[in-house]
Amino acid sequence: MSELKSGSNLEKVLKAGHFAFTGECGPPKGANVEHLKEKIAPLKGMVDAVNVTDNQTAVVRMSSWAASTIMCQEGVEPNFQMVCRDRNRLAIQSDILGVYAMGIRNMLCLSGDHQRFGNHPQSKNVYDIDSMQLIALVKQMRDEGTFMNGEAIDVPPRLFIGAASNPFADPFEFRVYRLAKKIEAGADFIQTQCIYNMEKFRQFIKRAVDMGLHEKCYILAGVTPMKSVGMATYMAKQVPGMDVPDSLIQRLRGAGKGKVAEEGIQFALEQIEEFKDMEGVAGVHLMAIEWEHRVPEIAERAGVLPRPVV
Amino acid sequence: MIIAEKKPIEEVIEMVKDFRKILIVGCNECVTVCEAGGKREVAVLASSLRMYFMNQGKDTQIDEVTLERQCDREYLEEIRNRIEQYDVVISLACGVGVQFLAETYSRFPVYPGVNTCFMGVTEERGVWSERCQGCGQCILGSTGGICPISRCAKRLLNGPCGGSTKGKCEISKDLDCAWQLIIDRLKELDRLDEYEQIAPIKDWSTERAGGPRRVVREDVRQ
Repeated sequence: MSELKSGSNLEKVLKAGHFAFTGECGPPKGANVEHLKEKIAPLKGMVDAVNVTDNQTAVVRMSSWAASTIMCQEGVEPNFQMVCRDRNRLAIQSDILGVYAMGIRNMLCLSGDHQRFGNHPQSKNVYDIDSMQLIALVKQMRDEGTFMNGEAIDVPPRLFIGAASNPFADPFEFRVYRLAKKIEAGADFIQTQCIYNMEKFRQFIKRAVDMGLHEKCYILAGVTPMKSVGMATYMAKQVPGMDVPDSLIQRLRGAGKGKVAEEGIQFALEQIEEFKDMEGVAGVHLMAIEWEHRVPEIAERAGVLPRPVV
Repeated sequence: MIIAEKKPIEEVIEMVKDFRKILIVGCNECVTVCEAGGKREVAVLASSLRMYFMNQGKDTQIDEVTLERQCDREYLEEIRNRIEQYDVVISLACGVGVQFLAETYSRFPVYPGVNTCFMGVTEERGVWSERCQGCGQCILGSTGGICPISRCAKRLLNGPCGGSTKGKCEISKDLDCAWQLIIDRLKELDRLDEYEQIAPIKDWSTERAGGPRRVVREDVRQ
């Protein structure tokens, strides 16, 4: 990793060896730019880049590229998310060129949740290519300067390529190999699924380190503070691939009325503290779902401020 | 029926060249009718493979069997006693049969000998064409019995598009424009007023997009 691949702030922070801290922001269910700007504002200066989700959970929202563009205008660096569910290879490639043209420098490549769980379950899905192939495609466009078909690109998009990894989905033993495949395909950085089962994550990251994956790619540990006991039980039971230990639910319950959210933040802070010293972890990806305004407080208490200027 | 095409012999050889006891299993249903995987095609493939292995100087046993169907357990059971003798199976059934065979005998490597293409008809011997994509919500009643999902290259529900020329599709002059056919048929049936209605957006959750499908009929289930 000698030269900068994209020149994004996130890339520079990671390359300089800082412990990265990224945030997340879901675009509005409408064209409400003011609402979006309100959600972006508290993140400024608190994180190195902000993931902009792409019709997350298959619910229609403002397009991730448009919201990313607004984020750029607001002076916050976006990490543009793209899912394979809604676009074929033509749209994928043209959107990649489009976001780069608009100044976007980070891109997270995802398969996308199946539309059955969203608000248009009658829709077709595309999946012309999958997330692994999307990673390789962005890399090809950037490093070889060609489209999927081999034709030359007039000004190739130079993007910092991200991918997701869920250490907790089954089969557990194969998860680290799938991570290795994503790195092999071209991922520069990884953001993991929300981590609650720390013991299992320690095992996962140890295997990744044993395989030398952390030397080929930056791995950011996913953290989502629990806001309520209801959220914890919902995540434990309803969200596929999520591992929420009973001990955490009990701990939140034990916090007592009105103090659960604070207990959730406390747990997240303990996690971040451990991640800072965990071999193989290059940073934290904080997914404070519809809690963007609490990010400054969490960042402050986590001791990750001020964010490095590189 | 399901239309399939024989895989090139080179591809089949590549899959099985390291095995010494090969069983080729044909299917007496669709793939027999479309001449891709019936008893005759099993025999042709067997002799091609025998010739290949002989030229390679490799002593290889190649046997043949054709089942009534490979998509029903009872017919797959017919080879249970003899399958133990082989170290690989080539199925000439459609993808459904190959999978059910592999599922039934999970210890044996099973390779496909055909490419499964589509659900279609025999226009004439040697010519088969697509008619249905199994979308799970049949609209043939409103399209004069001609399916735009399987026969329009864009799957338009309110065609024809601007690429329709002299009754042919823009992607190939050998392909009829499904919507030209639909309009002609509706005209013939004196139902052109139906064409004026805008077909609503389709619910695709019953087709492939909605995930692998299953039909459960409690009234006939045992």
